[in-house]
Amino acid sequence: MVHDHDQAGPDTGKTSRLDEATGTHTVGHEWDGIEELDTPLPRWWLILFYLCIVFAIVYVILYPALPGLRGATPGVLGWTSRGALAADIKTADAGHAAVRAAIAAMPVEDLVKNPVLQRAAIEGGRAAFKQNCVQCHGAGAAGSKGYPNLNDDDWLWGGDIGAIAQTLQHGIRYPGDDATRISQMPAFGHDGILTPAQVQDVVSHVRVISHQEAVSAASQRGAAIFAQNCAVCHGANGEGGRQVGAPRLNDAIWLYGGDRAALTETVTNARAGVMPAWQQRLDPVTIKMLAAYVHSLGGGETSPAAR
Amino acid sequence: MAISFLQRHKMIERNITLLAALAFGAVTIGGIVEIAPLFWIDNTIEKVQGMRPYTPLEQAGRDIYIREGCYLCHSQMIRPFRDETERYGHYSLAAESMYDHPFQWGSKRTGPDLARVGGKYSDAWHVQHLKDPRSVVPESIMPTYQFLATRDLDAGDMRAETKVLSEVGVPYTQQDIARANADLAAQADPQADATDLKKRYPKAQARDFDGDPRRLTEMDALVAYLQVLGTMVDTGAPAAQEKLAKEKGR
Repeated sequence: MVHDHDQAGPDTGKTSRLDEATGTHTVGHEWDGIEELDTPLPRWWLILFYLCIVFAIVYVILYPALPGLRGATPGVLGWTSRGALAADIKTADAGHAAVRAAIAAMPVEDLVKNPVLQRAAIEGGRAAFKQNCVQCHGAGAAGSKGYPNLNDDDWLWGGDIGAIAQTLQHGIRYPGDDATRISQMPAFGHDGILTPAQVQDVVSHVRVISHQEAVSAASQRGAAIFAQNCAVCHGANGEGGRQVGAPRLNDAIWLYGGDRAALTETVTNARAGVMPAWQQRLDPVTIKMLAAYVHSLGGGETSPAAR
Repeated sequence: MAISFLQRHKMIERNITLLAALAFGAVTIGGIVEIAPLFWIDNTIEKVQGMRPYTPLEQAGRDIYIREGCYLCHSQMIRPFRDETERYGHYSLAAESMYDHPFQWGSKRTGPDLARVGGKYSDAWHVQHLKDPRSVVPESIMPTYQFLATRDLDAGDMRAETKVLSEVGVPYTQQDIARANADLAAQADPQADATDLKKRYPKAQARDFDGDPRRLTEMDALVAYLQVLGTMVDTGAPAAQEKLAKEKGR
């Protein structure tokens, strides 16, 4: 240590001396009576300092470090953050590889026949639901205005596990997926198919068949309009039509609200909810798991093939 | 020891020419280390397919994103960690922000990362969520942005903006620049013919974004921007996966 205070004395010439108050030598400079103590660095600090230098050299050898013209030096370990991620995912996947492979090999409709796999799929689906679905359908899958409740047995496009899986894969009215579920309710009021008075009549009729209002002259006029304009999709009695995702109207479950204002808005400007297609974002096994989870929530129906 | 360290140091301190020469040397080395890599920065950006400049409407939405300070709570950078890729999707690639001036990687996540939010939610969800975040996510602490739906989009002259961006390296063509204002209006207007727009901006989504086809609002622009985030590069495509797999094992 070249600047150890023991050597400072003779070399710096005239004024290096032992400072009595601190017991330390001065460095030998003196500016208008102001002197500087040559306090040595604490030994622990110095050791850490040299260890850091050694660490840095080892790090540069082992890991990507020095930039060059065509990328950085790769390091002898060949470590990359992407490689580390791939290894991480591999380890994680290895844990449930058997279950996932079994689910992958099985048509989604057959999951219900295998209670062990079904339970695994439901748990996997529960985790995926929390990440991807709760933003619209809610943490308890109870939905909100415009986003269906998945706990009940009122399904827009079908509630058997195959239908749920198809909805998950291709979405509903999702731009960019050719197999997406699609239908379009006409904007009866906005496009002038019905006059505002006729819209009110139809709304009255819908409120009658959903047991919210008593039969009136308006609702009787509305019944005729309903039969001509609405029944083709929503059914003669408002029982709904799953081929076109037309909601059932003769129950107490409403997607956008069953009060007069909400129904008027629906008939006037139409509704067209959108659900994303998940097959680009999620792998097929996760989609099967999600289908199993949603199917298990309470309203799951038996597959047509198994009926 | 004939001349101690302190003696030599004293020499440097007292010889102004020597001090200047050595200081210049030190600054030069530091400068080369900091500046030189910038000349080769392009070779850190992997070549990927699908990247295109933002359409004028998306770019206008991006300007609103910056104006409202969304980047203060939302990052746009999915790091290559398992917890992030499982939640947000494939990790971000350098190429995906090469046309961002400035990039929106952010450094703080109060809200979720938005690098791949495009296509994850419906337009209606975005509109409802921006108007009243707690109506769809009860635990959200995001402020409400109700006013975006009522304010007409005043993006200024998009020809000037695309021109400036082209000068810093975003490959807008002469045609893109000349038609920027028309493109802006066409993308959010369901009546307009968007075939020309879609030809010049592949995979561009043209529709009414805010649920009010009669008006072009700030909501239209912001939702158009959010819906394109992370969708340009198809990270699931076999070719892309193969390439990245190769890179992983390099």
